[in-house]
Amino acid sequence: MTFALSAEQESKFQEILARYPNKMAACIPALHLCQEANENWVSEEVIAFVASRLELSTAHVTGVATFYHLFNREKPGKHQVWVCHTLSCALRGADTVLKHCEKRLGIHVGETTKDGKITLRTAECLASCGSAPMMQVDKVYHENLTLADVDRILDGLQKD
Amino acid sequence: MLKRTTYLSHSYGKPDAHTLGNYEAHGGYRAARMVLSTMTRERAIDEMKAAHVRGRGGAGFDCGTKWSFMPKESGKPHYLVVNADEGEPGTFKDRTIMEQNPHALVEGCIIGAFAIGAHAAYIYVRDELHLSKERLWGAIREAKERGYLGRNPFGTSYSMEVYVHTGAGAYICGEETALLNSLEGRRGEPRLKPPFPAQVGAFGCPTTVNNVETIAIAPTVFTMGGDNFSKLSALHDWNDGGARLFGVSGHVKNPGIYECAVGLTLRELIYDLGGGILGDGQLLAVIPGGSSCPVHRADEIVDVPNNEKFAPYHGKSFLDLPLGVDTFRGAGSMLGTCCAIVLSDKADPVLALHNVMRFYRHESCGQCTPCREGCGWIERILDKIVQGQGTVEELNQIHEIGSNITGNTICAFGDGAAQPALSFVRKFRAELLDYIQTGGSHQTRSLTV
Ligand SMILES: Cc1cc2nc3c(=O)[nH]c(=O)nc-3n(C[C@H](O)[C@H](O)[C@H](O)COP(=O)(O)O)c2cc1C
Ligand code: SF4
Ligand code: FES
Repeated sequence: MTFALSAEQESKFQEILARYPNKMAACIPALHLCQEANENWVSEEVIAFVASRLELSTAHVTGVATFYHLFNREKPGKHQVWVCHTLSCALRGADTVLKHCEKRLGIHVGETTKDGKITLRTAECLASCGSAPMMQVDKVYHENLTLADVDRILDGLQKD
Repeated sequence: MLKRTTYLSHSYGKPDAHTLGNYEAHGGYRAARMVLSTMTRERAIDEMKAAHVRGRGGAGFDCGTKWSFMPKESGKPHYLVVNADEGEPGTFKDRTIMEQNPHALVEGCIIGAFAIGAHAAYIYVRDELHLSKERLWGAIREAKERGYLGRNPFGTSYSMEVYVHTGAGAYICGEETALLNSLEGRRGEPRLKPPFPAQVGAFGCPTTVNNVETIAIAPTVFTMGGDNFSKLSALHDWNDGGARLFGVSGHVKNPGIYECAVGLTLRELIYDLGGGILGDGQLLAVIPGGSSCPVHRADEIVDVPNNEKFAPYHGKSFLDLPLGVDTFRGAGSMLGTCCAIVLSDKADPVLALHNVMRFYRHESCGQCTPCREGCGWIERILDKIVQGQGTVEELNQIHEIGSNITGNTICAFGDGAAQPALSFVRKFRAELLDYIQTGGSHQTRSLTV
């Protein structure tokens, strides 16, 4: 299966290229764009695509894709949940939130629910320390969490 | 001294805080217009020097002085790169600017880029901050439509572009040379210095890297005049000027970001602004500015004899030392990002250290052996200690490993990882020993209160 961009995504790609003095600099934004267009993961096809479009070696693009935590090398669930577990959040109950998520979803951190809906992860400080505990769901922050909030949020994701 | 200000935070919490209309209603973009139409580069740098804006990203380097390191004529493009990778545990101030006052950052980029001879600024935002990116792109669009960016900003011939660049989840990209590699489309590994970014920075060109808040305060500096801005601070005489954002998180009743004149004390931050200790405990300890800073116990005193400047503080509580770059450095601490993490005495400091060292082990980029291996060893020793299986020899090894990381690495991450280890081990030795001897039976064994 080869990877390709839609017309709309292609114009975003061109927009990204126009921001930089060379093509290599577009590598991370391009990987983000393609990851999103590929059910949130960076496959070998995505790597080959980015490499060829940016005139980089696949080794370079693989090196970049493996360095950064937010590039998934395997397909994650439909929704990704990150619970911040660094100090300020830990002082405000991050551990309880995390355990609650594990129990409710029946999975451990790093795993995806059987229905493929939710992947549970931990996050390093998300710059939301003053509204701890917190978690990020896809692109949205949920702050000052109570366990009731967590239930409501997870329920919403499971129904989606 | 507690003196609240609202230069950056005047509209925090208002629904239209991020819009151009609101920003201009507060005098926005007049400073950039004035700088581009009436000032020379040299004049702009002098104004920033007079303001004594100490870098808000953690190292506290004077901003005007940093700008003056940029070459006059290099025959190459110059770049301003704004560090918006905010990821130091406990630090959450830059995000408030990007979400609630993005135009201050865009206007600051225009002024800063002009002062260093650049026609383009890249704002490197960590990927997780989706709302920040959206607000910044929105502000750039609005400014462009109004003719404040582009070929002829404010009708001048000094062309100017501002772009948002995204990271992809790696704390180390906050280190300025790692950030430049990441901007160039590479793995975010720190570079050996020299050469410094002012000579060889982004795309091999002269570059200045500044923190979000450092740049976002520039419009205020140029509106007030550098000297007036500096004199807002109780530490004007220490060349630490103006006002800045202070944060407090952890075990306080009202965690949050508070804008104040420089010179605030930890006591004011924790009790007057933060509302005091959460629950029914007392203050146990505080980490002043992000987890790379040394921890301080509540009963610590300032011990700097034979130094005239420290005479007002020597022998007094550490909590009453004004939060300044050189006051803290001189007292053997670090100001960092001015975002304090507070621990109640109902919480367990050993578990806090364990949490912090897990973070550093996870985030080391792995280029230098002392950092990569050292962070791993320290974490493993602490794993054993919290399980009641540590030994006194291993506890002593933490000190040795931390000392061997310090000063022996490519970037300051190593020192930042060693600081918490060394300071916790020194200041909470009794608690660590209790874990070794009794499995921590006298500790609360909980991080929450
Ligand atoms: C490991 C590490 C992480 C850092 N993270 C950040 C960061 O997230 N934001 C930031 O502004 N500076 C960060 N810094 C400091 C930068 O290297 C640099 O000093 C700063 O961006 C300069 O801006 P300033 O002079 O305006 O403070 C970090 C440094 C290190 C060693
Ligand atoms: S000190 Fe640590 S983070 Fe910095 S370059 Fe060396 S290994 Fe990487
Ligand atoms: S520690 Fe969780 S957001 Fe900072």
